This record gives sequence, structure tokens and C-alpha cells, in this order.
Amino acid sequence: MSKIAEVLQKHQGPLLDEWMKRLLEGSRRTDLISDKELKAQATELLGSITTSARSGKVSEVNGPEWSATREMLHEIAASRAKQGFTSSETATFVLSMKQPTFSAVRSEFAKDTDAQYQEIWAATTLLDKLALLTTDEFLAAKEQMISRQQEELLELSTPVVKLWDGILALPMIGTLDSARTQVVMESLLQAIVETNSKVAIIDITGVPTVDTLVAQHLIKTITAARLMGADCIISGVRPQIAQTIVHLGINLTDVITKAKLSDAFALALAKSGRAVVKVSEPAARMPGREA
Amino acid sequence: MTQAATETLPITSASDIVAVRQKTRELAIQLKFTLVDQTKMVTAASELARNALEHGKGGSCQIEVVKNGVREGLRLMFQDHGPGIADLDLAMRDGYTTGGGLGLGLSGSKRLVNDFEIHSMPGQGTTVTITRWK
Amino acid sequence: MERIPILRMGNYLLVTIQVDMHDRLAMTLQDDLTQQISKTGAIGVLIDISSLEIVDSFIGRTLANIAAMARVLDAETVVVGMQPAVAITLVELGMSLPGVRTALNVESGMELLQTSRGSFARGMQDDSSGN
Repeated sequence: MSKIAEVLQKHQGPLLDEWMKRLLEGSRRTDLISDKELKAQATELLGSITTSARSGKVSEVNGPEWSATREMLHEIAASRAKQGFTSSETATFVLSMKQPTFSAVRSEFAKDTDAQYQEIWAATTLLDKLALLTTDEFLAAKEQMISRQQEELLELSTPVVKLWDGILALPMIGTLDSARTQVVMESLLQAIVETNSKVAIIDITGVPTVDTLVAQHLIKTITAARLMGADCIISGVRPQIAQTIVHLGINLTDVITKAKLSDAFALALAKSGRAVVKVSEPAARMPGREA
Repeated sequence: MTQAATETLPITSASDIVAVRQKTRELAIQLKFTLVDQTKMVTAASELARNALEHGKGGSCQIEVVKNGVREGLRLMFQDHGPGIADLDLAMRDGYTTGGGLGLGLSGSKRLVNDFEIHSMPGQGTTVTITRWK
Repeated sequence: MERIPILRMGNYLLVTIQVDMHDRLAMTLQDDLTQQISKTGAIGVLIDISSLEIVDSFIGRTLANIAAMARVLDAETVVVGMQPAVAITLVELGMSLPGVRTALNVESGMELLQTSRGSFARGMQDDSSGN
């Protein structure tokens, strides 16, 4: 049974001091975290590791005895990720505890080299595992951040615009992928319901390429809109895209397409029983135009 | 993978299909699925429950919340005591039906969920497991 | 036995489905509607599904059947108010409800019924005259 817990407990003070010394010397990101905060985290972590180690189980960190420590490392990793630390800086926080721990072990078992070896081995495997765990948590936190940012970007880049009563436009810009088209589909359909629009114009002028998957998504969106009672027009179809669509054998016979957004709008107006009429006198002067 | 609550619902009559839908909806809401994801899962449950009833001569549905690391999900396992499916590939094809329906139950449900597993042997009934992750 | 009420508005029949319909209820609705169309000589049927949160293949088939049966009895059917989540799911399921006309709400549904008496055209016609 490992005596690591006792060692950590007994030599807590000097261990912490030496650990801090190493942390402050190393790649110190004073711009991201204060000394005081660092010391607080280190103290808390050391305490948690000591408690968990008392269970005697120091070769496996996934059990219930280590859940409090895992939780703490999760917090530390998540906050480091948010603050902009690198994954190695984060892992180093844990790994730099090794040297001080080995010193503590050596002074504790000064006369017993076997015990020294045992405990140093136990300590190094333990800290390695904790450091790896921290790295995993760091990566998970980073991934979460990225996906949240992607979501926000998605929402910003797919605005639904009301062109007229009952006519919506969805200008799509940039490459379309599966996730994005899903979001687009849902927000368009929602907008159709909320604005009572019978026509939606999906403009793909700003879309560089359309592949089979994207075309399928667009067709699904159009079918769903039709089920709800609205019609869609695809506009902004560039010659290259028209070629791609034919080459890929995508069937758009049920879909109305227009090369220009203005044509699509004119059609939408006609379908909703409206026309644009020229009046004899312009209604008012535009501001800024002086006679 | 750790698992939380498990509940088994019988599928012996048409009203049981509604019960399966409602329970699925309840748990999907609890897990805070988006409305679209809820609808997809409940619809898939409805299709498979009906399959179990009509082709499978009745059976049961085991519904549970599952966890995979940090992810949470909803899993439904439909078991029936029917004649089983001889040709799974054929059965999974859109439009294939032995019951005068539209043949979209199995293939359609697969598209509505994240994980889809089906086991069936002639004479031994069919088990379909579907999972939707948050 | 519970049934879904069918309202009569002049030459039209209006049905609002608000419950999670079980199979038997759907079949009963199908029977009741065809009976009513025949009895009243209705020329149009409006089915409001804006409260329906689930439309699976059975219900979808029922709606398509109702539309087909009504047409044989010389009545048009319009289904209104399908929720976005339901539409998305139906499309993913592979159902497009052919032969079923749809509209956003009761108002546009009625408009559709009144203006398209006898017309089988679906969707929008492309106006390709010199545009």
C-alpha cells in the first residue's frame, strides 16, 4: 500500500513552497493568472490529491476515491482553456509537482532506498495520470468553446430577411456544410411561420460550390417549406453551379430557380398577387439632394 | 458507459404506441433536447412501436437515459415476438413493405436518430435499438 | 367513443386536430370525414394540424388518404399549420404527402380552397415569360 499520502501530508509545507518556486520560474503567464491565484490552486490541488491518495489506490485515478480531484482538475483545465493557456502549460502545472514530491519522498525514506524507489515510482505514475487527465479535460473544454463559437457564427451568418409582406429572403454566404444547412433550414422554417410568408427566396450567389450533399439539404428545406404551405425559389445560381448540378445529376425539376435575386423577387411578387407600378411623380425628394 | 433510469413499456395495442410516444417525449424534454430533435425521436419511436405491434405481433419498449462520457442521450430498445426478418437489407430499403404501408418505418427511423441497431432472425423476433444524443 | 369534431362552414368542413392521435382515432376521422363530405356535399375540407406535434407515417398516410377520398367525392383538401419540426421530420422520414395541398394557416387555407376549386395544380407555376 502506497505511503504517498503520508509523505504528502507530512511534507506539505516545503512541498508546496518548492512547487510554487518551480511554477513561478517556469513559463510564467503572469498576464493570465496571478501568483496568489496560482498558489491557491496549488494548495487546493495538493490537499485534494493527499486526501484521495489516502485511500491507498494510487495507480488508478478513475475510481470514486479520485472524483473530487478529477473535478478540481476539470475546473482548472476549463479555466486555463478559457484564459488562453496552452495544453502543455496546463499539464506542466500538474507535472511540476513531481520534483518537489520526489524530494519529499527522498527525505522521508532517506535510509530505505527500496521504499524510495517504490514511492517515487508510485508518485510519478500518479502524477503522469493526473497530468494526462488534465490534458484531456483541457482539450474537451477547448472543443466545447470552439463548437459554441461555431454556433454563434452560424446564427450570425444566416439571417432571414423580410423582403415584403409574405416574402422572405435568405442570402447564403460562404461554404455550406451539413451543420450549417440544418441551422439554416430550421431558422428559415421558423421565420416562415412567424412572418406568415408564403414565399421564401434562398439566394446562393455567395455560395462558391454546391455538392450533392448541399443540394440534398436544400431540396429537403424546400420540401419541408412546401409541407408547411410555403414555396421556395432558389436564386443566384451561377453558371458554374448550374454545370455542377447537371454533372452531379441532381434533380431540381420540382424546384424553381432563377439566376438573379431580382427575378426571384419579381416572381414572388407576382405569385402573391402584387405588381410594382411606376407613378408619374416621384413621391418625395431623397434627403441630401438639394435642388 | 453509465446508465440512469430504465423503464419498460408494453406494446400490445394501438394505445400503447401513444404511451411510448409520450414517454419518449417526456424524457426528451427532461434531457433538454431541441424541439426538432424531440420530434425526430418521438416520431422514430412511434414508427418502431407500430412495427413491433403490426409486424412483430406485439412486444415491448425499453426506454432509458444513457451517458457516454460527458454526453447524454436517450435510448429505446424495441423487442417483438414476431416472425423475424429474413432479409434485413431488403427491409431497410426505403419503400419496401410487407404490410401495405409506405415501407418507411425502419429506413426512415434510421435517418431520424444517431445510432441505429437491428437484430433479427426468422422465428426469433426482432430487436431494434435507437439512440439520440444531445 | 371519442371522435374529432368536424365543423361545417357553408360548403366547407373544418377539422382541428389537437390531440396526440392514436391509430383508431385517425381511422375514425377518415371514416367520419368521408361520410360528412358525402352527406353535406362539401366542396372543401380544411384540416388544421397546427397543434399536432407528431406526424408519423401512419398519420401522414391518413392525411393523404383523406385527401384522395375527398377528391373522389369531388372535394378539395387543404392541410394547414404544419409545425416546422414536424415538416423537417416528415421530410427526413421520406414522406412528402403527395396529393395533399398545404397552407400556412386557416386563413390562407380557406383562400386556397376558394380559389382553386377543381384545380389539381400543386406548387407554383414557373412564370418564364421573358424574365
